[in-house]
Amino acid sequence: MSRYIFVGILLGFILYKSEAVSWFRIYEMFRFQSFHMFGIIGSAIVSGVVIVYLIKRKHMKNVEGKEITIKDKAKTYPRYLIGGFIFGMGWALAGACPAPMFILLGAGNTVFIVYLIAAMTGTFLYGKLRKSLPH
Amino acid sequence: MIETYFNQFRDFVAQPWPWYVAGPLLALVMFVLLYFGHEFGISENFRLMCAADGADNMNEFFKIDWRSGEWNLLVALGAVFGGYLASHYFLGPQGDVAHISDATVNSLNAINIGVKANEVPLVPEFISWKGLLTWQGLLMIGGGGLMVGFGARYAGGCTSGHAISGLSALQLPSLVAVVGFFMGGLLITYLVIPYLF
Repeated sequence: MSRYIFVGILLGFILYKSEAVSWFRIYEMFRFQSFHMFGIIGSAIVSGVVIVYLIKRKHMKNVEGKEITIKDKAKTYPRYLIGGFIFGMGWALAGACPAPMFILLGAGNTVFIVYLIAAMTGTFLYGKLRKSLPH
Repeated sequence: MIETYFNQFRDFVAQPWPWYVAGPLLALVMFVLLYFGHEFGISENFRLMCAADGADNMNEFFKIDWRSGEWNLLVALGAVFGGYLASHYFLGPQGDVAHISDATVNSLNAINIGVKANEVPLVPEFISWKGLLTWQGLLMIGGGGLMVGFGARYAGGCTSGHAISGLSALQLPSLVAVVGFFMGGLLITYLVIPYLF
């Protein structure tokens, strides 16, 4: 189980040292005033596409010996557009998405505990309202 | 002797990481998690935490076997450690500065966010406990967090789940989600943030 902590530590370094955790970098991204954030996400996607292609092509197996499969996401679209829109608003306001929140907490920005509680409240609210929301 | 090597290593890692290093490494994180039998998606942790804190008794969305998501909670915990280690031991001579463009510095100054080029902190002054005492801070941290938690679960993923994992697997739903992310982010950036200060 400790392997996952190391993955998390790596994630923390990646996003902290590349400044992806910075509110100012997110503002800069939405102003299209630098390539930096697009470079991070874009090169992650390009690398990821190659990785997934190789996984499928070579029928790569996971650590348990089973072939690696990636579940297809449900093809009902309102949820992605509406949910995504709300997420995006939160992202721009706080300048942090979930992983940066954890990372900045670790870096000593304890105020993100408020963000965490707010986020859990938001998730809980979604659970409550789910049945009456378009998906 | 070993100390010199260690210092060299530390100074190397302490430099700002360029996008072409960070991006592929994020894909590597996705790959490692796939190899361990999981999909990279951090926002799932909010659901797990709610379920673990008793929400599973309140609502069927949270009636999940949250213990099977323990791996993800450990990734989040690791991220906390990573933030601690990176910010305390691998800071580099400039400290934690955001190397944003001059254009962005000017844009921020124009909307009354006072930052000086080359001295831009990673985290703004208004994202702080002190900032929380203002309505702006409350909106950004509390409101922002609320929307992220709600929107990410509604959309079934955040930047890690959709923008990175989903798009790498060529999932059209993830593309729609990312378009949504941007539309929401642009609205806030152009129609709300300029009027906050």
